[in-house]
Amino acid sequence: MATETRTTQGAPPPGGVSFSLSDPTFRAIVYQILVVGAVVLVGWFLISNTLDNLARRSIATGYHFLEREAAFGIGESLIDYSPKDTYGRAFLVGVLNTLKVSIIGVILATIIGTIIGVARLSSNWLIAKLASTYVEIIRNIPPLLQLFFWYALVSDGLPPVRQALNPIPGVFLSQRGLRVPVPAPDPVWANMGIALLVAIVAAWGVSRWARARQARTGQPFPAGWTGLGLIVGLPILTWLAGGAPLAMDVPKLTGFNFTGGGAISPEFFAILTGLTLYTAAFIAEVVRSGIKAVNWGQTEAARALGLPSSPTLRLVILPQALRVIVPPLTSQYLNLTKNSSLALAIGYPDLVSIANTTLNQTGQAIEGVTMIMGTYLVISLSISIFMNWYNKRIALVER
Amino acid sequence: MSQAMSQGTKPKHTLSGEEIIRCTGVNKWYGEFHVLKNVNLSVQKGERIVVCGPSGSGKSTMIRCLNRLEEHQKGTIVIDGIELTNNLKNIELVRREVGMVFQHFNLFPHLTVLENCTLAPIWVRKMPKAEAEERAMSYLKRVRIAEQAKKYPGQLSGGQQQRVAIARSLCMSPKVMLFDEPTSALDPEMVKEVLDVMIGLAEDGMTMLCVTHEMGFAKSVADRVIFMDRGEIVEQDTPDAFFSNPKSERTRLFLSQILNH
Amino acid sequence: MTDNVQSVGLPDERPPANTVGPIAWLRNNLFNSWYNAILTILVLGLLASAIPPFLNWLLFRAHGFDATSTVCRQDAGGACWGFISEKLRFIMFGMFPWEQQWRPLVTIAVFIALLVASCDRRFWKPWFGLVWAAGLALVAVLMWGGVFGLTYVENTLWGGLPLTIILSVIGLAVAFPVSILLALGRRSNMPAVKVLCVTYIELIRGVPLISLLFMASVMLPLFLPNGVSIDKLLRAQIAFIMFAAAYMAEAIRGGLQAIPKGQYEAADGLGLGYWQKMRKIILPQALAIAIPPLVNTFISFFKDTSLVIIIGLYDLLGTAKAALSDPSWRGFYREAYLFIGVIYWIFCFSMSKYSQKLERDLNRGHRR
Repeated sequence: MATETRTTQGAPPPGGVSFSLSDPTFRAIVYQILVVGAVVLVGWFLISNTLDNLARRSIATGYHFLEREAAFGIGESLIDYSPKDTYGRAFLVGVLNTLKVSIIGVILATIIGTIIGVARLSSNWLIAKLASTYVEIIRNIPPLLQLFFWYALVSDGLPPVRQALNPIPGVFLSQRGLRVPVPAPDPVWANMGIALLVAIVAAWGVSRWARARQARTGQPFPAGWTGLGLIVGLPILTWLAGGAPLAMDVPKLTGFNFTGGGAISPEFFAILTGLTLYTAAFIAEVVRSGIKAVNWGQTEAARALGLPSSPTLRLVILPQALRVIVPPLTSQYLNLTKNSSLALAIGYPDLVSIANTTLNQTGQAIEGVTMIMGTYLVISLSISIFMNWYNKRIALVER
Repeated sequence: MSQAMSQGTKPKHTLSGEEIIRCTGVNKWYGEFHVLKNVNLSVQKGERIVVCGPSGSGKSTMIRCLNRLEEHQKGTIVIDGIELTNNLKNIELVRREVGMVFQHFNLFPHLTVLENCTLAPIWVRKMPKAEAEERAMSYLKRVRIAEQAKKYPGQLSGGQQQRVAIARSLCMSPKVMLFDEPTSALDPEMVKEVLDVMIGLAEDGMTMLCVTHEMGFAKSVADRVIFMDRGEIVEQDTPDAFFSNPKSERTRLFLSQILNH
Repeated sequence: MTDNVQSVGLPDERPPANTVGPIAWLRNNLFNSWYNAILTILVLGLLASAIPPFLNWLLFRAHGFDATSTVCRQDAGGACWGFISEKLRFIMFGMFPWEQQWRPLVTIAVFIALLVASCDRRFWKPWFGLVWAAGLALVAVLMWGGVFGLTYVENTLWGGLPLTIILSVIGLAVAFPVSILLALGRRSNMPAVKVLCVTYIELIRGVPLISLLFMASVMLPLFLPNGVSIDKLLRAQIAFIMFAAAYMAEAIRGGLQAIPKGQYEAADGLGLGYWQKMRKIILPQALAIAIPPLVNTFISFFKDTSLVIIIGLYDLLGTAKAALSDPSWRGFYREAYLFIGVIYWIFCFSMSKYSQKLERDLNRGHRR
């Protein structure tokens, strides 16, 4: 039924698809079949080659190795781990280490980046120039080079353990990283944590009450300061009530290493410093352009109404700037998380580095790479989903 | 000099003689550029003043100095008994009493029309929300835009936005209103709706300083027309005298350009 | 009412002395409020305590280019530039045969010439593609040799700056057409094509480059039929192309989205087919808009080539690190990293300035 009776060019004939290559609808279907066919064909070719190769080299497939004993040690871990544990647990250690460096890195980079971004807009010429110099230097040097530098600074630049620098009593700096005194175990610390949570909830309650009161009576209430006071004060009160324990677990040099105290390994220091400073330079640009995107007329209008500078910033400038800032900020968070995989190059046991050891030991390359990619995709997707939700929320307030 | 001239269609009113704005020897420079030269100006309560002049003559700069959006470097500006200096408290006090309407409206795009109007009364005048909203609605009614209160500025036309901007300033119950070319950014068919609102304000006795090129508005509403050129006040007079018998050559030149095109 | 005419034609006066000139500049830009004054003094103090020691290390107390590591170790207060002069050719060219190292040097020169020429709008013509092709052929001859009397050099011996540039430039050149197809596919009306392109782009952008390099280095050999093998450099290059294509596709998509709908409708109105419409009307405009983001992609891409060290290739960072592992020069990492850091910085900074300039030009063009 090759109906060639078309009136308008490009439009499908009424009443069905024509089987002619000059008909766009039909052509689209043919194209799609061809493209999908080609992809399937290539995929099939690769998979059959792979299966063939795996069989020839007698490499096992599947994820059964995850239950086998890992038999390699991991330098630092958030959960208990020994070489007797399984590959699965080793991988979990890696995922947690990646999350640890990413989360701390995101927080620090946001703080530093915001400060530098605001500094670039400062009316103080020196501060503005200093901030833009920082951004221009850091942005244009490969992050891996920066990681290597920070790592060498600690592992080569600092003295060996026995001559550790001791700038403040109890604090030791050596090639093995930083050792600091930490408070000795005491039930009061857990109670302080609970007190902090209670304080956060209370601060939220106060801010809601303050808003309602202001709507009713017009009188503002310093909810921000009250909240801050609660969040700082309540844990301190708990600490005092718990007998104000001051006992510290101070690191001591025994033999060739320190015992006790809290430790920051050179690897963690290098990856955290490198990622934070690198990403901060990009976040600074995001913050700067976000603030600049808010028209100067907005500030003038707020001033002309007699609004003091703090409410102007909080009620007029920030809500508009955030709308511009959040999407690129999200992609910087994603970049930091992905760049944390550079940890492999300096030996911080993140998920890539542990998966790498695993695939070298088991020879199961496909499973190893899939696990790396899968984990990162899950992280990337969760951040994107959260940020999309947040953007939608802002957008709804917008219009 | 007596400003209370009542001629033609102009609404009749008398001035109290009470002075609300006094500028003495005000000078301002942008870098090396002398933008305001020895400006002396006295405004009485209830007076309606139109400021005109060629572009770049410093007229916008002058009224922007009156609520210290611009800083002057020499001379004194006293608004309602408060001198404008670096004292932030005084600046905020003056800004509460001086409303300003901008050429580009400068509404807050993330807030609704109503929220735009209640923001300053709530945070500056410490007004309960319900009262602020009630007030805002009454002013929005006055500028004939109450039905748009829940919309966002981006959804309104230019003329509507400018009327909201006027209502937003009025919500602070200012003693003086400054208008910085309020109709210059509007499409021609929207100029009238904004001018009508401004005429209404003038009839109610609001003290107004208005930078504008709308000479019809100046003729029908103003008590006094000020002509500025190259940073100085060249001439000021009643509209009738100003338009029919300009004293200065520069004024004549300006009027011939603006009226004959 | 003669007093209504005020003083006419006041002369321009100089601003008061305290508002212009260097003193006023200092007051307005450094000491305009009490906290800015404190900040200024703090920062000046910081700079005063940081810059002289750094200059001492860099220049005044540094050991010259003829210093040996023994001399440098005796007085560690200054930089040891002897390390750089000793290892310069290794860091720049890797293990390329010593007496043949003029070849990678010319390669670098050819690439820089091509890149600089490409910045000039006058060369944005189809024939310039031929110049690039000729340049790349020349580079291939220089690096591999084996013809015109040049000795053959295996690509396992390549390293240093030429490797960095080759990986990024070739990666960009091959990924570019692929990325155009991906970008068009992502905006296509054909659901199957669209889904494939979106999946590819988001998959690649969701994972770190390292995992792609791993895939190329450990999985690619498994993908190929038995007996076929490809070398490490090519594998890394493939990973880079896959990576670059996804990111560049997003930059180009941005350009496509910026084209007003009217342009598409006008092209349809002319009765052009899809490919004619894209090639003649849409893509030239979209690519012009996409150039600044493409340059930015290239900058990050250039920095990312340093990751090949993880799969055992010796790019600029790799050779510097290898030079540091020489026992007699261990510990001179500051000199090494500063040296290559400056090289990377010059490339990236000049490209980013160029992209900013392009963006400004483009904005001007749009406003007109």
